[in-house]
Amino acid sequence: MKIDLTDTTASKINKALVQGRRAIGTPAVGMVLTMVIVTDEENAYDAIKAAEEASHEHPSRTLVVIKRHARTPRDRTNSHLDAEVRVGADAGTGETVILRTYGEVSDHADSVVLPLLLPDAPVVVWWPVDAPENPAKDPLGALAQRRITDLYAVENPLQVLDSRIRTYAPGDTDLAWTRLTPWRSMLAAALDQARVKVISAAVEAEEENPAAELLARWLEARLGVTVDRVVTAGPVVTAVRLGTENGEIVIDRPEGPLATLSLPGQPSRTLALKVRTTSELIAEELRRLDADEMYAVALRGEATEEIPAHV
Amino acid sequence: MSEELPETTAPETAETEETGPEATKPEATLPVVPVLPAADWSNPLRHPQDRRLPRIAGPSGLVIFGVTGDLSRKKLMPAVYDLANRGMLPPGFSLVGFARRDWEDQDFAQVVHDSVREHARTPFREEVWQQLAEGMRFIPGDFDDDTAFKQLRSAVDELDASRGTGGNYAFYLSVPPKFFPKVVRQLKKHGLANAPEGSWRRAVIEKPFGRDLKSARELNALVHDVFEPDQVFRIDHYLGKETVQNILALRFANQMYEPIWNRSYVDHVQITMAEDIGIGGRAGYYDGIGAARDVIQNHLLQLMALTAMEEPAAFDAESLLMEKLKVLKAVKLPEDIGAHTVRGQYAQAWQGGERVRGYLDEDGTDPSSTTDTYAAIKLNVDNRRWAGVPFYLRTGKRLGRRVTEIAVVFQRAPHSPFDSTATEELGQNAIVIRVQPDEGMTVRFGSKVPGTSMEIRDVTMDFAYGESFTESSPEAYERLILDVLLGDANLFPRHQEVEESWKILDPIEEHWANHGRPAQYASGSWGPEEADEMLARDGRSWRRP
Repeated sequence: MKIDLTDTTASKINKALVQGRRAIGTPAVGMVLTMVIVTDEENAYDAIKAAEEASHEHPSRTLVVIKRHARTPRDRTNSHLDAEVRVGADAGTGETVILRTYGEVSDHADSVVLPLLLPDAPVVVWWPVDAPENPAKDPLGALAQRRITDLYAVENPLQVLDSRIRTYAPGDTDLAWTRLTPWRSMLAAALDQARVKVISAAVEAEEENPAAELLARWLEARLGVTVDRVVTAGPVVTAVRLGTENGEIVIDRPEGPLATLSLPGQPSRTLALKVRTTSELIAEELRRLDADEMYAVALRGEATEEIPAHV
Repeated sequence: MSEELPETTAPETAETEETGPEATKPEATLPVVPVLPAADWSNPLRHPQDRRLPRIAGPSGLVIFGVTGDLSRKKLMPAVYDLANRGMLPPGFSLVGFARRDWEDQDFAQVVHDSVREHARTPFREEVWQQLAEGMRFIPGDFDDDTAFKQLRSAVDELDASRGTGGNYAFYLSVPPKFFPKVVRQLKKHGLANAPEGSWRRAVIEKPFGRDLKSARELNALVHDVFEPDQVFRIDHYLGKETVQNILALRFANQMYEPIWNRSYVDHVQITMAEDIGIGGRAGYYDGIGAARDVIQNHLLQLMALTAMEEPAAFDAESLLMEKLKVLKAVKLPEDIGAHTVRGQYAQAWQGGERVRGYLDEDGTDPSSTTDTYAAIKLNVDNRRWAGVPFYLRTGKRLGRRVTEIAVVFQRAPHSPFDSTATEELGQNAIVIRVQPDEGMTVRFGSKVPGTSMEIRDVTMDFAYGESFTESSPEAYERLILDVLLGDANLFPRHQEVEESWKILDPIEEHWANHGRPAQYASGSWGPEEADEMLARDGRSWRRP
């Protein structure tokens, strides 16, 4: 069910949400979080689709904030808010509100979002593109427990990566880091089997790939070795080599979803290492809503005394 | 008081065995011997704060006996695939099938492929399949057949060398209980149960765990003669279900339930497991066993133990076992067993728009059989928390619908300021844990009906797993197989629990064997009238689940 509201306010939107739920007969819903997507018109469709798919795993209220650009000075003074409320089958397993802000209200989007947050439930903000310089200090980012950015969607990823280190606050995370989870878990599993000290390491990837850089920094931090960055034709990360006294541990993925794992003294075997879709990445991101300390470690790429290793 | 069990005898056939624990220098020899790590080695890439990394099982393989059976095709193989698809299996994971079929490895792979296609929960992905298919082997043969077990032995050694499974194997006995002794002895005879230094060998067995205390003890002795008791995993797939694990979270992670979870507030507890199907073609297995042995002994008593137990000191297998055992030992049977237990057999009737046969008319059942297809029993738990609170357990086939639930029914408010007409429609408060289907929880309480008059009626508040955490709940078997490979025994009943459960059930079965016949109930109903009378005598009634 869809309800369109033109030139509206947050309280009218709240009323429409209740009305929509009543109409489809589910007055009580078990939504677990509020997801705020801040994007432009161009990227809105894909982002909403990914969020709706992810909402099958995490039923949520999705608030999409689309800032509209005015082309004339007259439009710029005309500040107003349009909303599209979707409940039921049109909104995955939760509710979606698409907010289009015009003029001055665009700078105060947090005033629209705040009354629409679910009571008590955690808030996640995701910028598919155009993430603010300092996500934690952004008015919308400040409302959230978790702030998701994407280094794949910026012009100079390595430059931005450096500024992310400076502005890091607990709760920040990046999809470039999320993309690495299968790689990291396979590397950890390989080391579980080899059980030897790693004395050298190399990451092979396409040029200027932020995920590869994060992977290299993570390895540096955890293994205490210098990691060589080797540029290949890609796509994305193509191989990781860990040197040990007995030989090399290699995960090689030249192309496609099949990778090869080689361990010293053991036959090589194939692994499935798929490049995942955005909705799968978002779903993983939403599984844990506390600060991701390991991401901070990987960003800094330094030894990790600041995290006490218990167990 | 745990019984001393015969230790595994020293391995005679361990060519790959290291002699001492100080084997720290890994030689690069083939076949690959599991390299013993220095004791303090820890993987620098793993960190407790790094919770994105999933719990991946270590290098290992799974050997399934009776791989052509229904359970294997519908549950085990799809679960293995789903685990692989979620990235939970180690690279090099191997699956070995053993059955009396004239198959090659490829034929076996084809069968697994078909069953995965049909029954897996997650979408089929070619690359995951390829990774899995490389490690599939099939051993044709009988359980008597020494050559087949020799072949199995060499297949296991070959996989250690070619796939790096590191000598770690779980043997899943998906076979009828009468074959248990044979398979277990063969495993012992061919040295398959002896783990080389630094690796493990585990046995996974399915119910029934015997048919009374005596046979359960024999079975345990037999299995423990070959596998260490803590390497034997007894599958009770109910314990793998999210809702069942959630009982513990609900009770011990929250503050609001535990204060009322006792005799001061609880009136009684009803645990129900109902099936709408009959015995199907399983008369051979079912006749002579019956509902009580098949369901109450394991599933219902486990659910009851989880509902009634005290808080464990920690969430580990040892502490859980201790608390569950305490409850099971505190269970007391009613003095007049005849008056507080009921058994029944389904009779011919119309069920859900279909005409179905009675139990005695099913193919393969003895027309004079006294096997119960319905059983209801009343138990008391004699401890400070539960004294005087009856636990009613019931199970049956061909009942109204398929449902499993635990209902904790509370006492009525001691005093009501409202007059009796206002509360006429108010029942007892209840917390219902729905185990299956539609996993979740319902809280029932009274609420004012809108309007000018004061009228209070029952309403429910509902939490559904499918709503708050949709789709991602893994199948029970996925969870359990992964736990076996990880060696995590939290969700597996131990032999002490099995034996304790039989001590509860044996006197009831004995009474039934000597007194009367099962009552008949119409298929599709909620059981025999005698069961309603049994509760009516206590001034209570069954919930309609």
